[in-house]
Amino acid sequence: MRYLTEYRDPQLARTLVDRILETATRRWTLMEVCGGQTHTIVKQGIHEVLADAVEMIHGPGCPVCVTPLEQIDRALHLAERPDVIFTSFGDMLRVPGSECDLLHIKARGGEVRVVYSPLDAVEIARANPDKEVVFFAVGFETTAPANAMAVWRARELGVTNFSVLVSHVTVPPAMVAILEDPACRVQAFLAAGHVCTIMGWDEYEPLVKRYRVPIIVTGFEPLDILEGIWMSVKQLEEGRHELENQYVRAVRRGGNRPAQELVGRVFRIVDRAWRGIGTIPGSGLGLRPELAAFDAEVKFGLASIRAEEPAECRAGEVLRGQLKPYDCPAFGTLCTPENPLGAPMVSSEGACAAYYNFGRLHAGSEAVT
Amino acid sequence: MCLGIPARITEMRDDLGLAVGTVDFGGVRREVCLAYVADEVEVGDYVVVHVGFAISKVDEAEAHRTFEILREMSELDELEWLAEVADAAERVAGPGGAS
Repeated sequence: MRYLTEYRDPQLARTLVDRILETATRRWTLMEVCGGQTHTIVKQGIHEVLADAVEMIHGPGCPVCVTPLEQIDRALHLAERPDVIFTSFGDMLRVPGSECDLLHIKARGGEVRVVYSPLDAVEIARANPDKEVVFFAVGFETTAPANAMAVWRARELGVTNFSVLVSHVTVPPAMVAILEDPACRVQAFLAAGHVCTIMGWDEYEPLVKRYRVPIIVTGFEPLDILEGIWMSVKQLEEGRHELENQYVRAVRRGGNRPAQELVGRVFRIVDRAWRGIGTIPGSGLGLRPELAAFDAEVKFGLASIRAEEPAECRAGEVLRGQLKPYDCPAFGTLCTPENPLGAPMVSSEGACAAYYNFGRLHAGSEAVT
Repeated sequence: MCLGIPARITEMRDDLGLAVGTVDFGGVRREVCLAYVADEVEVGDYVVVHVGFAISKVDEAEAHRTFEILREMSELDELEWLAEVADAAERVAGPGGAS
């Protein structure tokens, strides 16, 4: 496929690996923000082949992983109602709530449907006027324009039996939280390329200056990741801290303006709890008050459903990059993709699932001798 | 979750006021929303598609240019490798060649 498979060329990858290993005079600590990047890095063993030059810390950029337990419990509550068709992206179905997951509700007869696009959920609502159709609107800035369009479309077409359960998060406040943590070891970031296709990179430039940290807007294919790492290592070796864009084929400075405009019309910035991390001020999107008719939390009075996260899951430390999956006592024993204790073991982009699925079960070759 | 796949636009149309179209993911065709790129794309262009929405036009010139840089780097490495092999062969054989 054009613009995809050529970015997996093994010979060019080897060239970039050699450059990175030649350039690094010490071992640098980098964080890739996005779960899609984590998936590529662990699948391809990029963190292992570059272990002498960089330590890759896996960031919190997996929306499935950071959706708070409380919102999962609210989704389960809605999906159980006989008058509701609950719609969701497929990867939310196995995220454990306090008692079970959406797949269990479906098995027990709840009407849970997987959709490819949020607009499909609006179509389901139009086709089922006697039912309430709720869409689980999760995601980062990349997904916000799609979810915003579903709400806007329902409003324009007068679809009143459609609402959204929102759990949107945004990247820059999470990066600030990581950088402000006294235990932070991150020396450079690979910023999430598709988030930046929407938002551009203006938001990241103040972070580069304030924290003197290189940020490279990076794509998702192996060559993208390797080039992003090489650009980071060059900056660090030369004592620079700049914003650079590796993902030039898809990201422009200003991002996607029409998408930003509709997101601004539908959502507003709110404080948001991140599973395993806690509340980060201004890190989420919620529906604007004038669109409350489409807000499932208001429509179904969900505010009373509260939940505390179990203490035994150490997903928060993994999501903050302070614990490698294989160092968690539950990893691969109590907690597996078939029986996940925490969300990072559920999503294919979660760090725990990536390590488990690709056989990175112990420190092994990642350790530096 | 933020997965974005490049696809080629094969058809553009209007659905009750919304810009939509058909895109081709290397053989697999799918209807997607084009509202966020409608002003800058035409049939034949490549776009990055995420959850049924085109979120960005692929800049083919930039894609080509960065790829050329990578290829040149790789070729340079190959030339260096060939030179190293030739040097090593010469050292083994000594001046005057292996004849």
